[in-house]
Amino acid sequence: MTQTAKPADRPLSPHVFIYRWPLASLLSITHRITGIGLTIGTLLLTSWIVSATHGGDSYAAFTAFIGSPFGYFLLLGFSLALFYHLCNGIRHLFWDAGMNFEIAQTNSGNWLVLSGTVVLTAAAWLLALM
Amino acid sequence: MVEFSLPKNSKPTKGKTHAAPAGAKNLKRFEIYRYDPDTGANPRIDTYDVDMDSCGPMVLDALLKIKDETDQTLTLRRSCREGICGSCSMNIDGGNTLACLKPIEDCKGTVRVYPLPHMPVVKDLVPDLTHIYAQYASIEPWMKNDTPPPSSGERLQSPEERAKLDGLWECILCFCCTTSCPSYWWNGDRYLGPAVLLQAARWINDSRDEATGERLDNLEDPFRLYRCHTIMNCTNTCPKGLNPAKAIADIKMKMVERAG
Repeated sequence: MTQTAKPADRPLSPHVFIYRWPLASLLSITHRITGIGLTIGTLLLTSWIVSATHGGDSYAAFTAFIGSPFGYFLLLGFSLALFYHLCNGIRHLFWDAGMNFEIAQTNSGNWLVLSGTVVLTAAAWLLALM
Repeated sequence: MVEFSLPKNSKPTKGKTHAAPAGAKNLKRFEIYRYDPDTGANPRIDTYDVDMDSCGPMVLDALLKIKDETDQTLTLRRSCREGICGSCSMNIDGGNTLACLKPIEDCKGTVRVYPLPHMPVVKDLVPDLTHIYAQYASIEPWMKNDTPPPSSGERLQSPEERAKLDGLWECILCFCCTTSCPSYWWNGDRYLGPAVLLQAARWINDSRDEATGERLDNLEDPFRLYRCHTIMNCTNTCPKGLNPAKAIADIKMKMVERAG
């Protein structure tokens, strides 16, 4: 007689790496990632204020760091995360009110959130650099 | 718990290749997840070349053709072959759907067939649904009322009241949605998942049911209901075109409304 696997020994079927992810689900995990990114970004903002309380030298050191190419890269990431989280957060408000659940609405919402993020980030940088 | 990699005993290995009979010209390649509980070996991915000139149009047709003509050990659930029994739910071409409703020609290139994701596998394409059925039973999916029925014998509904069940009663419990949901993958031990919550909404919205408050009490829980984060995989994958995400949002709104 053959030994059949006990229920506890059953294998788990493949999941993350075989699933064809709809854009909406990728944007959902991006919401979470940008949320974590914003937490870190807020530390950056706090250290800017804290550096000012430590006198001119530390403030100058901080502005030099944030004015470097790497500092700009961090700021770009922070602003993208901020505007993405904002746009997608507004979309979550509609969802929480029971609206925009049809697949077509979700699909157009995907692109609205993405283009909103790009436009708002570009506008913020234009304002800041001009 | 979020865990991206599969346990050691679950990692599929490369399996056998079954060539199509000689002379077949119009070939389609199928890669199918196989697991044999009698050998204790890891699951494997078998390859089958199927002659499309003598095969029906749906993925279920191809699976049954393989079972009939090439490899009788291939195991799957199926019954009605017309999308009403919900038995042949599986992951095809990366999405959960019913094999009987999925046209082969919609799959570009190789057709990859897996069991419903993140489930214990009994054999091949047959997942163990025991836990999901227990969760379904936990929402008490039957009419509950304390008042005696009217003397006419029937509890009547207005057409408007009946319309509130549309989009809910059509669910065939294939669990494509529940097993497409990352929240359910990571927290399925406690989160009820979209299919069971849509069924909960079906009874909450029924004007003849008098246990609405009790049903909402049962769902008011950080895990049972609120692990839904509107990822939308459920609605995107439902082979019946239903909207579990909206049903769950409606339950969440009812929670807020009754809190006043």
